[in-house]
Amino acid sequence: MRERYENPIVEGVARLMVPLIQIFALYVITHGQYGPGGGFQGGVILAASLMLLRLTLGEEYEHRRFPPSLAVLLATSGLLLFVLAGLLPLAWGAPYLNYAYLPMPGLLEPEARYLGILVVEIGIGMAVWGTLVTLFDHLMGGEAQ
Amino acid sequence: MKWLELVVLGLFLALLIYAEGDLPERGDPRAPASIHVSPSYIEQSMRDTKTPNIVTAVLADYRGYDTLGETLVILAAGLAVSLILPRVKTPRS
Repeated sequence: MRERYENPIVEGVARLMVPLIQIFALYVITHGQYGPGGGFQGGVILAASLMLLRLTLGEEYEHRRFPPSLAVLLATSGLLLFVLAGLLPLAWGAPYLNYAYLPMPGLLEPEARYLGILVVEIGIGMAVWGTLVTLFDHLMGGEAQ
Repeated sequence: MKWLELVVLGLFLALLIYAEGDLPERGDPRAPASIHVSPSYIEQSMRDTKTPNIVTAVLADYRGYDTLGETLVILAAGLAVSLILPRVKTPRS
């Protein structure tokens, strides 16, 4: 179990940086359709912000705010979101993962595919985020389940 | 038996060098990889998906099945680590 790092400078910088890192991660995930970025990269940055918190504020405190079981749940639900986004078009007779047939009224075909890509990127981001936090918790040892 | 390994490795090296001569030039626009589906992606991805980033359009739309498998591999690797690591008992200082 990693103890809290008793240093006001380290703690202050971590508390200052983490919101900026997480906002940047959300930007990277949602910006994947316009430039470099996407779910994989954004998920890694989100996981890095949580690792910084676990290293500086101590795992006893951080495991109460973001328990390791929540990370597993996050990873699996991210993949589930991806699979469901692929399964939905099947009900309308379209091939698997053909977002053009997402049941969204009033959306043209390119817009539906745009939305599908965004949903899938968010799912990838959640899966990568949860997986990396799980890996980190287990590599650090302790009572991670 | 060391000389046998060297001979086999040398033969493979000769085979690779021989096969390399048939590869297309770097950046050749008429290479088979560049004339099959790439032009249609470049021309149509904006119209089909409203996504300016062609890489993302290919990754998440045209080749979404591949990306689904990639995500599954990452999740499976993470779950495998979380199943194996707690059994390894290491003395912690």
